[in-house]
Formats: sequence, structure tokens, C-alpha cells
Amino acid sequence: MEEKLTLFKNRKRFGIEKNIDIIFKNTTLVLSSFVAIILLGIILVVFFQSFESFSRYGLKFLVTSEWNPVKDEYGAFTAIYGTLVTSFLSLLITIPLGVGTAIFITEDFVPKVVREIIGSFVELLAAIPSVVLGLWAIFVMEPFFRDFFVFLHNFFGWIPLFSTEPTGRNSLLAILILVVMLLPIVTAIARDSLNQVPKKLRNAAYGIGASRWKTIFSVILPAALSGIMAGVLLALGRAMGETMAVTMIIGNSNAFSWSLLSPGYTISSMLANQFGEADGSQVSSLFYAAFVLMTLSLMVNIFAQWLVKKFSLKY
Amino acid sequence: MNSLYYQKRLSRNIGDKFFTTLSVICALIAILPLIFLVTYILYKGGSQITTELFILEPNPPGDDLDAGGINPALIGTLIITSIASIIAIPVGVGGGIYLAEYSKGGSFSRFIRFGVNVLAGVPSIIAGVFIYALIVSTKILFGSMYSGLAGGMALSILMLPTVIKTTDEGLKLVPNELRYASLGVGASMYTTILKVTLPSAFRSIATGVVLGIARAAGETAPLIFTALFSYYYITGFEDLFYEMGSLAVLIYNFALEPYDAQNKLAWAASFILVLSILSVNIFSRILTAFTEKTKRV
Repeated sequence: MEEKLTLFKNRKRFGIEKNIDIIFKNTTLVLSSFVAIILLGIILVVFFQSFESFSRYGLKFLVTSEWNPVKDEYGAFTAIYGTLVTSFLSLLITIPLGVGTAIFITEDFVPKVVREIIGSFVELLAAIPSVVLGLWAIFVMEPFFRDFFVFLHNFFGWIPLFSTEPTGRNSLLAILILVVMLLPIVTAIARDSLNQVPKKLRNAAYGIGASRWKTIFSVILPAALSGIMAGVLLALGRAMGETMAVTMIIGNSNAFSWSLLSPGYTISSMLANQFGEADGSQVSSLFYAAFVLMTLSLMVNIFAQWLVKKFSLKY
Repeated sequence: MNSLYYQKRLSRNIGDKFFTTLSVICALIAILPLIFLVTYILYKGGSQITTELFILEPNPPGDDLDAGGINPALIGTLIITSIASIIAIPVGVGGGIYLAEYSKGGSFSRFIRFGVNVLAGVPSIIAGVFIYALIVSTKILFGSMYSGLAGGMALSILMLPTVIKTTDEGLKLVPNELRYASLGVGASMYTTILKVTLPSAFRSIATGVVLGIARAAGETAPLIFTALFSYYYITGFEDLFYEMGSLAVLIYNFALEPYDAQNKLAWAASFILVLSILSVNIFSRILTAFTEKTKRV
């Protein structure tokens, strides 16, 4: 009896093993806080690098479009306007197309196998690098749309958006390549949130005599709305930060124009074009532009997360 | 009596037909260009593939008709993505382990999960800007400015959220009974994690990580002012500290050249990039489908 009790007493972990356990836990803790450190680091570094330009130009930077390294005058209005216009207009085209496609592959219009193939194909497209899309845009899309743009200018030239002669690379092409890029994202997320709507709801609507599309519009889409909205916002964030394809096709001109048929600029394409060769106060101004871009995309992102949390489906 | 039969002329039936057609049209408009895009890239790029492509250096654009090959860019992409993986995988898997195994849903872990989502949404060019300010312009890496190492670091920032997320979610799917059993026979927490939970979540984590690597391989924006570009063969270890080419940047640079030979090289590089990314994606998809079918319940 006595002997057994001492054995019991000895049955604890060795100190070294305990320490390994504690070290392991703390290592993972440190590794997980790397995310926070990197995120804060990015915000702080970009902010402090832009400080010089910020204190010199202040908020005037956001509303003037002079970009002249020789005279040391900087304003990013053209780029900010370009970023907002290309991303919002591309979303405007993408949302109906993407949601329409998502409805098509969640309803039973065609056999399940076909729908699944379309679904996974769309998902695969999200994996194509944007630089490859840019290459495709330059050599395939631009010649394809050239005549159409001339037509657009001739017949709708009275609208300010189409008021200039179309140039080889322009904002409208950037919008179209963004549509190609965002479609897979919006479609995939819309499909997932449509699939998550419980079957009961659909059956109940059918049961009281609603037609298929009455059910979709009055029951299923409202129930999936929060998920779709979050997907749309994520796509918006992607569109604003998208660099390569846009840089390759937008024409990169800082001259401001209302027309979509003239070359434009976005913040990210400005960074891609000028960062390598910039020096002096131009670097600081570019950091300022980067800070604006980061703030925009952070706001969109955080709003999307808040939306998901607030309006997520509760059944 | 008539109301039992389907009536074509009824406004609701006409409306239904109309919207069904509309959604079919949407799907066609959305999918046809995408199919065209993929086949065009594969066809146009595939027709440029030769063995020389994999062996030679690219010639500087302009003076002669022969563009050379893409060997340095191919090797550079492999090296840069490897550097990114070496940084991002340990950090990401470790962080994911903390989130899934140790944190008890407290405010810290909620903050980190939020941070992971925010970091995933940071534009990729911002990662490049950050590394430029931190490493390239300060010459902190033994006095070298643009380098493959800096490019790898920029890419690792983009990979990190994916790795953490897949580890976190993969570990959460492991049934708690396994943990109880392991702890119950006297294993310590870290033995449980390393010997029981991590191995049983291995496949889903590996799939996510590989997809993350594939995505990083195609990223261009973070590289254009961190790794820059180089025309020359990578010969030794010290080349890590100099400008390094990559397939993605090669496509960007050569697509904008006015010369046909360079453009063809860009198409060939896109073919290799797209084919490898797509095959990794398809393979992991098949693997996941296969696992789901044979999963023990």
C-alpha cells in the first residue's frame, strides 16, 4: 500500500517535458501574432513613408491631378478617380452576370453534372494569374473591341463617358478585363450563398403556389443577400487593388478625362509604373497614394466582414 | 377545370420563361469568354513551346529576331516561391495551430482571425510597397537592394493568410474524441498536436497550402519592385541577393515590348504558368473529392 502511493506521487511529467509543452504553446502564440505584427507594420510603414508628402500637400493631394516630378507638384486625383470608376463600373456589369450565372447553376435547368462542371470551371478561372489576363487583353480583347469602341464613340459621343476618340488602350478595356477577373469570384460566392438557403424555404414558397422566379426573387435571393453582398464587397476590394491586368491595358496616362475611351490611371497602376524609378519626394507621394489605396480597400474589407457577421443566415 | 393544366399565356408563366432565358443568357455571356480565354492561352502558348525555351537565356529585346529562352525566369519563379513557402508555411501552420488548438475563442484569437481576413484583402501591390520600404530601400540584407530574397518575402506576406486559414479550418475538422483519447492516455498537449491532430488534418492542410503556393507563383505586382527582373542564368547561392527574374514579371515586361519575338516568349511563359497552376488546382480538387468519398465517419 505504502509503495503504491509513492508510485502515484512519482507519476507526474518531468520538468523538461513540461517546459517543452510551454515552449511549444508560446511559439505558436508568437507565430500567430505575426499576422497582427505584419498588418500593423504595413499600415505604419506606409503611413510614415507618406508623412513627408502628407504634410506638404495635405488633402489637396486627393483633389488635384498635377503629377510633375520636375516641379515637385503631386496630386493623385486622376488615379483615385480611375480606381473608383473602374472598380465600380466593372462591378456594375459583373453583379447581374455573376448572380444570373449563380442562379443558373443552382436551379435545375440543366442536369447536375453539367452544373457542377460549369461551377468548377468558373472556380478554376479565379486561379489564372492577372498578368496572363493582361497579356490576353492586349493581344485578343483590344483588337476585338476596337471597331465596337469606334461605333460607341460615333453614336454615343454626346455622353461625356464616350466623348473622346478611342485610343488603343483605355479605361473601358480595363473595366472589361476587371469583369473577366471578378466574374469567377462573384459567381462562386453567390452560388455558395444560394446553396446555403434551406430547401424548406423553397418548398414552402412552391407550396403556397409561387412560381419558380417568384420564389427566387421573393424568398431565395433575399435570404442569400448578405452572403452575396459580402462577396460583392470582396470583389470590390479585389478590383480596387488589382494591378497587373489593369496596368497593362489602361494606357497609364495622368491626364484627367471623363471619357472611358481615353487612357486612364489607377492608384495601383501608378505604383507599378513609377515605383521602380522614383526618387526624392516622388517616393513619398507614391507612398501617400499607396496609403489611400490601402485605406480604401481596408474599409471595404472590414465593412464586408461586419456585414457577414451582422446579417449572416440564422435558421 | 382548366386551371389544372399548364397555361402558356398566363403572365406568371411568361414571366418565368423570360427570366429563365435571361439567366441562361447571363451564364452564356459569363462562361463563353472564359472558355475562349483558357483555350486561347493554352493554344497560343502551347504552340511556342520548344526545348530551347527551357535551356536558353532571354535575349535583350530589340536587336535580333531570336528571343532565346526563359530558363532564368523559370528557375527564378521556383526559387522565389520556395523562399515564400519556407517563410510562410512554418509561421502559418504554427499560427493556425495556436488558433485552433490553444485559443479558446477569446478576444486575442478573434482579433487574429480578423487580422487574417484583413491581411488576405490587402492589395498585393501593397505587400510589394511594404517590402520595398522595409528591405529594398534600406539595403538591410547585406547591402543588396532588389533581390530574389526580398521578392520571396513579399510573396510570403500574400501566402500567410491562406496557410493560417487552411490550418485553422483543417484542425477544427478533427474530431475532439481524438484529442480526448490522446490526452487521456497521458500524452502532453504538444505530443497530441504533433502526433495526432496535425497528421489527421494533414491532407486538407496540404491541399490548402499547395493552392496557396500556386496562387503565389502567378503573383506579379509584389515582385516588380522587389525582385525586379534579370536576363541572366542563376548560377549560385549568391544570386539570391541580386535581381532575379520570374515568369510573371517576364510576361509583364515582354507583353509590353513592341517586338514579336518577345511577345511570343510571354505567351510561352503564360502557357507554362497557367498549365502548372491549373493542373495543381485540378489535382487537388480530384484529391479532395476522392477523400470525401472515402472518409471514415
